[in-house]
Amino acid sequence: MIPASFDYHAPGTLPEALALLSRYGDDAKVLSGGQSLLPLLKLRLGQTGHLIDIGRIPGLEYVREEAGLLRIGGRTRESALEASEVIRARYPILHDTAKVIADPLVRNMATIGGNLAHGDPGNDHPATMIALGAQVVATGPKGERVIPIEQFFLGLFRTALRPDEVLTEIRIPVPPARSGGAYLKLERKVGDYATAAAAAQLTLGSDGAVERVGLALTNVGPTPIKAADAEKFLTGKRPDAANVGEAAQRAARAASPSADRRGSVEYKREMARVLTARALKLAVERAGGR
Amino acid sequence: MQPRTSPEVGGMGHSMKRKEDPRFIRGKGNYVDDIVLPGMLWMDIVRSPFAHAKIKSINTEKALKVPGVLAVITGETLAKYNLHWMPTLMSDTQMVLPTEKVMYQAQEVAAVIATSRYAAADGVDAVEVDYDPLPVVVDPFKALAPDAPVLRTDKKDKKDNRIFHWEAGDRAATEKAFAEADVTVKQDLYIPRIHVASIETCGCIADFDRVNGKLTVYMTTQAPHAIRTVFALVAGHVGLSEERIRIVSPDIGGGFGGKVPVYPGYVIATAASVVIGKPVKWIEDRMENLQADSFARDYHITAELAARKDGTITALRMKTLADHGYADAAANPSKFPAGLFSICTGSYDVKKAFVEVDGVYTNKPPGGVAYRCSFRVTEAIHAIERITDVLAQQLKMDPAELRMKNFIAKEKFPYKSALGWEYDSGDYAPALRLAMDKIGYQALRKEQAEKRARGELMGIGISSFTEILGAGPSKHFDILGIKMFDSCELRIHPTGKAIARFGTKSQGQGHETTYAQIIAEELGIPASAVQVEEGDTDTAPYGLGTYASRSTPTAGAAGAMAARKIREKAKKIAAYLLEVSEDDLVWEPGKFSVKGAPSRSKTIQEIAFAAYTNHPQGMEAGLEAVDYYDPPNLTFPFGSYICVVDIDRGTGMVKIRRFVAVDDCGNIINPMIVDGQIHGGLTMGMAPALLEEISYDENGNNQAGSFMDYLVPTAVESPSWETYKTVTPSPHHPLGAKGVGESATVGAPPAIANAVVDALAHLGVKHIDIPITPERVWRILKEKGVAE
Amino acid sequence: MATHEIRVTVNGTPYDTQVESRLLLVHLLRDQLRLTGTHIGCDTTHCGACTVLLDGQPVKSCTVLAVQADGRQVSTVEGLEKDGKLHPLQEGFWEKHGLQCGYCTPGMLMTTCALLSKNKAPSEGDIRDAISGNLCRCTGYNNIVKAVQYAAERMGKEA
Repeated sequence: MIPASFDYHAPGTLPEALALLSRYGDDAKVLSGGQSLLPLLKLRLGQTGHLIDIGRIPGLEYVREEAGLLRIGGRTRESALEASEVIRARYPILHDTAKVIADPLVRNMATIGGNLAHGDPGNDHPATMIALGAQVVATGPKGERVIPIEQFFLGLFRTALRPDEVLTEIRIPVPPARSGGAYLKLERKVGDYATAAAAAQLTLGSDGAVERVGLALTNVGPTPIKAADAEKFLTGKRPDAANVGEAAQRAARAASPSADRRGSVEYKREMARVLTARALKLAVERAGGR
Repeated sequence: MQPRTSPEVGGMGHSMKRKEDPRFIRGKGNYVDDIVLPGMLWMDIVRSPFAHAKIKSINTEKALKVPGVLAVITGETLAKYNLHWMPTLMSDTQMVLPTEKVMYQAQEVAAVIATSRYAAADGVDAVEVDYDPLPVVVDPFKALAPDAPVLRTDKKDKKDNRIFHWEAGDRAATEKAFAEADVTVKQDLYIPRIHVASIETCGCIADFDRVNGKLTVYMTTQAPHAIRTVFALVAGHVGLSEERIRIVSPDIGGGFGGKVPVYPGYVIATAASVVIGKPVKWIEDRMENLQADSFARDYHITAELAARKDGTITALRMKTLADHGYADAAANPSKFPAGLFSICTGSYDVKKAFVEVDGVYTNKPPGGVAYRCSFRVTEAIHAIERITDVLAQQLKMDPAELRMKNFIAKEKFPYKSALGWEYDSGDYAPALRLAMDKIGYQALRKEQAEKRARGELMGIGISSFTEILGAGPSKHFDILGIKMFDSCELRIHPTGKAIARFGTKSQGQGHETTYAQIIAEELGIPASAVQVEEGDTDTAPYGLGTYASRSTPTAGAAGAMAARKIREKAKKIAAYLLEVSEDDLVWEPGKFSVKGAPSRSKTIQEIAFAAYTNHPQGMEAGLEAVDYYDPPNLTFPFGSYICVVDIDRGTGMVKIRRFVAVDDCGNIINPMIVDGQIHGGLTMGMAPALLEEISYDENGNNQAGSFMDYLVPTAVESPSWETYKTVTPSPHHPLGAKGVGESATVGAPPAIANAVVDALAHLGVKHIDIPITPERVWRILKEKGVAE
Repeated sequence: MATHEIRVTVNGTPYDTQVESRLLLVHLLRDQLRLTGTHIGCDTTHCGACTVLLDGQPVKSCTVLAVQADGRQVSTVEGLEKDGKLHPLQEGFWEKHGLQCGYCTPGMLMTTCALLSKNKAPSEGDIRDAISGNLCRCTGYNNIVKAVQYAAERMGKEA
């Protein structure tokens, strides 16, 4: 449980951090919460010559609504998200998500930026951000890039973030009235990665039909899975049991899980279906429907 | 039972606060890794990624260049001293470090000695080992196939992978009973390998003092004296002599049987210290602990019951294949290669029984009884409680009713079981009735019927177990020939305080408190004034250690007997001081008084002072005694547990709604400590039932080698346990007490398994193997067409 | 091999020391500062035996680098007792038999200390959630819950 040697840098500003990342390129890694990175280094499953700790840089932890967006600083701790009144009241899907990441102690260090940037399909925020239609702000030496979340996850442990960029902000559009969302995670025990998890965020029209819906799945593929076909199906329809059931079937079909100790391919796919249906039902309730 | 002593004295029955807690709550415990010795070096171990492979070469060049690395020890190094193999506690042999091949994944291959913890880790990373993989045997049934590769090529003339065949009971009479039965049931069950994973891993500091020729080993061990003798026997030829070996077991962060075996790491560290002449510390990682240290269970059982139409069980038969890994290194008493598995007739009056167990080698770590199992009692009771429910289902009889019908009646104790045990005392029906009352059994059955009609799944599971604890009588019990007595050395100081040393070793069971309470009970000296020590072989009397819930039955008894010897002498001194004859004296805890003249008395404190200042002429001064207690029998605590579960039809997740545990461990020393043991045992019973399993793929790769996949329950998975007691004293134990530490690990898993099967019984489900994972349940639901 | 000069304040006492970049905070505390109350129980950030407070927040010190604690406050179990007076949690664990082998106990104490500073009257569910990152093998958790409830009540009275 002892990492191999590396150099450690604690830049005080973002430009300094970016300069270090540019300088060391592939031989450098960003240390945010460290709750994904340090375990890897301790088991010597990952190696790095340089750790760039962004923990001393001010202005990267915040949760605020402004101009139609919920803006979350990349280094905001999961525990802060969990405790945020704004999030609990107006983004219940995000509150659900923060609450089930690892355990309460890990959440005091782990950051939302790290959770997204690590590219681990087992991490919980990616699916929720897809369901919310979020954007990721990547800051590099040449300035900021805004990346739509659907373009962010490229493959297993691969994101659109470049080696010389830091994920500095997440932007979530403020949901309109009659919106609701939920994140449901099936785990073998507290602290585990998801056997499967479903994120559902929707807005109902005045006629009770689904105006917009975002659906995504955790840990049933090499990246978070956007259930686009299910979303398409459900849009414009009433979220009754039959339609929700069909949407959930389609979401399950979009999954491509791998078998492991959490479950077989068949079981995980079925759980994607069950959880999607349940998440949709809860999202509808929270949207004020039914 | 009303305590005989006041709370200030704190004898039996008082829930006094633990005397050991002040250091633990301050973070001032003294665990092995807390100890630092001058000049201490660090050891870390290189381990095999392969389950079975020839070692072609070990290249230590790079490792030796790592700053801080002093040496790399290999099997070749140890072979020079003939220390590369060592005996196991079951008289098999196992490697310390290999010279030819490795036989399980994570086996120790080489050890790096360095000046710091971090340098040792770097050194391990730099050792280069070249392996030639060999065919792997992980299926114990395949290991018995005629064409299976013979694993123990080190044993001349060995042509198969069999270890032992053991049987008990009457095969022919049992067969006859089965042939004549109205009803027979048969069930295969697999109890998978699990790992005890105490929060502190194993480790030691071996310190060989060249000047005095003395070896001191600070070690996570539950049995320090046995270790000392084994070291003396194994390493006698390199000059280690038993009077110059000291094993110190300091504070231990949980044992549960996992800290009984002699692990290669201890031996390598000791050899390193002897050769280098400096202290060598070795502390294993969690992954090493899970992947290489002694496991428990891994029993493939076929259980059968024969019965009459009315539900009376007439016979029991069990056949077991025991997967022992590559060596039989289980810590069983030597005559019992399958431990106390023959307790499997359980709480029932089964007239005819036959059991057989075959042990087999596979490419897995060695072990067998390291998880709070009382020597295979967990396996035995799981089997009988499951097959009893299978029978109940077959007969369409309520499982509580079937148990009541077959319980050994109170009048039959001491009861001789068909497999040769004499149960000391028991009163099973009241315990089950109490459990049923507390859980609201009838109302639950009603609720279940209503829920079934609506398609909801809930189950009620019962487990009525009998435990067998306190190994054990010298007639039958020994470990490597050393009889399983235990001991107490008790000395009263002039000011009436006491020191009591024992041959056992607590790893959290509270001996510093409970043993003091025993002395308080017998002598009336306040428990707070009795200093209890264990674990240092230089000072403690010889004992076999703490595991299999043997401490109260053996060492606790020794404490009581030593105190009584002291009381005998105290009586003489009192008679002398009071100028009466001994027959005129009456004892109450704390003092002798004259019959009919109670104001004429001497307290134990006054007597103690007199033992040093005013003892009768001709009598030795002092007030102390030693007792080596040879228990006349084991003790047989028992209980009835009832579990209520609800099953999520969508995910297959099992939620324990309620769990009532009624335990009977005879007379209780400290009720609060007993409850703590039961809570802990229940969580360690739930864990294998629902969460924990060590499994291997066909290449022998461990699939649960870290806490990522070896699922130890948190406070969220662990229910709020409800505990109750009945009290049926042991007729032979000096205090009427029985052991209790493992009752709950024994009783809980079948209660939970029975509850889940009960929830699905109306769908035709007869049995589910543990761990009952959500997917396992879901597959059944899907197959039966009731999944959400 | 980079080393850094850091100052970490532990239980109110500042310590100036030189450390390797890769030194884990738990090893700084245990091996360098000889505060051995904080324990190590795993290598995958699961067991929580290493829990300390970092600027008042309970974290797993095996998954924090010592350099990350530079300039910050660390509280360990050794700092709970003040002027010979036990913290109500320490009393609660003692009164209610909330420990057996004692190995997970410092971690449990630090986590629940943080809990009670945020939630003065936690329910059983709150307590179990709060300690879900701390594994115990001995107690079955029942009495740990009771210990925390005892402390909460004591602290409520003292307030």
